[in-house]
Amino acid sequence: MTAHDIHFTVNGIAYDIEAESRLSLADALREKCGLTGTHLGCEHGVCGACTVLLDGAPVRACLMFAVQAADAEIRTVEGLADGHELAPIQRAFWEHHGLQCGFCTPGFLMLATWLLEQDEPLTETRMREVLSSNLCRCTGYQNIKNAVRAAAVELGKWSESETA
Amino acid sequence: MKWVGRRLPRSEDPPLLRGEGAFTADLALGARMVAFVRSPLARGRILEIEKPETGIVITAEDLEGVKPITPRLTKFNYVAIEQPILPATFVHYVGQAVAAAIADDLAAAEDLADRVFIDIEPEDAVIDARQALQDTQRPVHPEAPGNVLVEAAVRTSAVDASMDKAARTVSLSVRSHRQSAFPLEARGGVAAFDRASGRVTLHASVQMPHMLRTGIADCLGMPEADLRVVAPDVGGGFGQKMSLFPEYVVLVWLARTHRGRFAWIEDRRENLIASTHSRDQYHELKAGFDAAGRLQALEVDIVANVGAFSCYPVTCGVEPLMALAEYPGPYRIEHYAARARGVTTNTCPIAPYRGVSRPAITFGMERLLDRAARAIGIEPIELRRRNLVTSFPYRTAMGLELDRASYVEAMDQAAALIDLPAFRERQRQARTEGRHLGLGFAVFNERSGYGTPAFAARGMEITPGYERVEMAMTPSGEIEARIGASPHGQGLKTALAQIIADELGVSTERVRIIAGDTDRTPYGWGTFASRSVVISGGATKKASEKLSLAIRSVAARLLQTPAEEIDLEDGAARARSGEASLPLAQLARLAYHQNHQFSDLIGHGLSVQADYDPAGTFSNACHAAIVEVDTATGGVTIERYLVVEDAGRLINPLIVDGQIRGGVAQGIANALFEEIVYDEDGNILTSSLADYLPPTMSEIPEIEIHHLQSLSDASYLEAKGVGEGGAIGPPAAIVNAICDALADFGVEIDEIPATPERIRRSLEARAA
Repeated sequence: MTAHDIHFTVNGIAYDIEAESRLSLADALREKCGLTGTHLGCEHGVCGACTVLLDGAPVRACLMFAVQAADAEIRTVEGLADGHELAPIQRAFWEHHGLQCGFCTPGFLMLATWLLEQDEPLTETRMREVLSSNLCRCTGYQNIKNAVRAAAVELGKWSESETA
Repeated sequence: MKWVGRRLPRSEDPPLLRGEGAFTADLALGARMVAFVRSPLARGRILEIEKPETGIVITAEDLEGVKPITPRLTKFNYVAIEQPILPATFVHYVGQAVAAAIADDLAAAEDLADRVFIDIEPEDAVIDARQALQDTQRPVHPEAPGNVLVEAAVRTSAVDASMDKAARTVSLSVRSHRQSAFPLEARGGVAAFDRASGRVTLHASVQMPHMLRTGIADCLGMPEADLRVVAPDVGGGFGQKMSLFPEYVVLVWLARTHRGRFAWIEDRRENLIASTHSRDQYHELKAGFDAAGRLQALEVDIVANVGAFSCYPVTCGVEPLMALAEYPGPYRIEHYAARARGVTTNTCPIAPYRGVSRPAITFGMERLLDRAARAIGIEPIELRRRNLVTSFPYRTAMGLELDRASYVEAMDQAAALIDLPAFRERQRQARTEGRHLGLGFAVFNERSGYGTPAFAARGMEITPGYERVEMAMTPSGEIEARIGASPHGQGLKTALAQIIADELGVSTERVRIIAGDTDRTPYGWGTFASRSVVISGGATKKASEKLSLAIRSVAARLLQTPAEEIDLEDGAARARSGEASLPLAQLARLAYHQNHQFSDLIGHGLSVQADYDPAGTFSNACHAAIVEVDTATGGVTIERYLVVEDAGRLINPLIVDGQIRGGVAQGIANALFEEIVYDEDGNILTSSLADYLPPTMSEIPEIEIHHLQSLSDASYLEAKGVGEGGAIGPPAAIVNAICDALADFGVEIDEIPATPERIRRSLEARAA
């Protein structure tokens, strides 16, 4: 197997790793960086548990090779909280019981983080469209919606009007 | 303010939200990785297994002396089948593990597994349960020549006479297709040998750690004391992680034999083809009604496909025997006859999944009642009202005692919330516009929180049921409770802490619940069957009361006040009259370190234990669905979904509602989307998430929940089980709604999932 020396940053910390060509970004984060908060639920790009932000955009870390992430800025669930202080989206998931087993949660948190960082206000339809790309088996999704809506309201990003 | 009843956010959540949970795969870093080579054929004789020249590959010949998994029932014409850990001579289903390939990382292990060649002489597979009953020339297992592994029948004396004199009989055939529990985290384990102690620790994504330890130790002929099983954070189970799987036996064997650390992390394809399935059943129903629409007799024939092997410990009786015992549900049926057969086929084994047989039997009963109501010409809820049990306790034809519940009240409340007359008007209006709206109800009860008496009635060689809680106040004043239940996402630790906090007058932050570790918890049965709050919670309350008494007797001596006049509140023991009080942390320190002053009262230290083993209690609910069916595509949109649930006393309503909503989502999947499909050769056509379709946020509507609280002394906490109920109602409610929407076409659908294709086919059949 050919190994590549690659560099990227995760949550602002620089990593230099040796990656086989076939090593996925998810496995690189978990095994080379020890960041096991990014979970693997299907490894074929459907469930979204492995969603991370790569140069600001959500990606399925199971569908990317680590070498494709060379020189990228990556954000994972471990980078959301500010020390002990949970991020608003994490706090909202907690208060609204937006998780049960917690396995899908990192993927939803990263997807929602991206959604809340967009310039345009978030609507119910937009939220549902985007969050429908991830699977949760425990919650029935309602409390995930409630949590993301609450975080959007707190951050001044929520729009009741669909046409906003 | 009491802690019980509060919508308290869960103590489990912060680490999970930070990405700091410890799931099994997170513990596998640095272990040698195992990839299983799985049978590509459903049935055939193994002629040869060619191992690559380099690399470690384990097959049956390496496991000499390792015993097969052989779950047993002592009743019901049960045929015990041995499931080999790795088969030497024969494969019985696609996905059966045949060899284990081991390498330093998973990719290398998978490469090695690809180089293992299994030469199998194929035989024609038997896939469908009805086909297996007919096609007995080549039985799946020679021990069961008719392919029936378990059979039971009951018949009360006057079934035939009652059926004969019924004013009206209604018959139907129900088909429930096969579903996967689909936990988002698949199975997996890490087994590590400890050279100092000679013990193995297995961390695995399981629901029953103590049972798994017993099962593995039995297979390997090792002392249980040399094996520790730990369930770390578990990413959902829903029943799929209850059973003993050969893969875990191989892992512990490897750790012991090679004195190292070995991990297996299942991928999604393996999980869909080779973990357990559920709900693959056929039911034939016939019911007799009198002229007033009262049920006179019910006769059912249940054929459950149990797959190639029986699951351990509950056995393949779990689905058919539950269907037999509980089919009449909340209805008064004096005359009842039933036959249930568990039929073996060349398919993945069946094991419990949330609700077990209840989604299918509720579907059968509620479809039956809707058909009968249409035939009689009355509202479905009116027919139900005439037949629901209204006085408690009620003894069913099968001898089960239904404790206090709210069957009619729940239904009436649901109907009132829907505003039935207004809906019928809207439905008529919509039809004039060419739109097809329908309303469906599902009324059901759910036996929950049952201990050994209920399991013993099934004749299980391993009879689960009781729970023990060991509880102590530490010298620094926190409360530690060690429980035999093994939560995996339900929030049980938070709920138990609420119970303890009320009894001992402390904040939940002072409570630590220790679970899921055979070294640190008393022998117990884990978390399944809507039992944990009822049984482990009941034992927790009992233990808390004992600990309270011990604390108050120490306080009594220190405060010179009788123990019965001391209250525990706000972290202190307080004399009810006067000012005297003592912080619990200070009291605990004295109880341990000045113990000679109190040993006559409390013995040594502040620790107690309590057990609970109840007969069981019945939760109940009414689900109501309003759907719109697109007759052109067969697509179904759920416009409204309502649950009126009665789970007795609610410990934490936030968690209860979460359980219901999650259950309903899985039930909607069962009603409309998810189906494991085999071709006739036994290949699974739904082995990825492109073909197997768990619903997303777009398919699951808002679920409205309303609570009734029938307080029953069948549960020490007056709480009833609530883990499974959500999943039970949706197939019945939604398909009843679909058939109501399509009543003008005379469409009756008795098959789940009711996919667009099936709905279109029914419409076309009626049009033809």
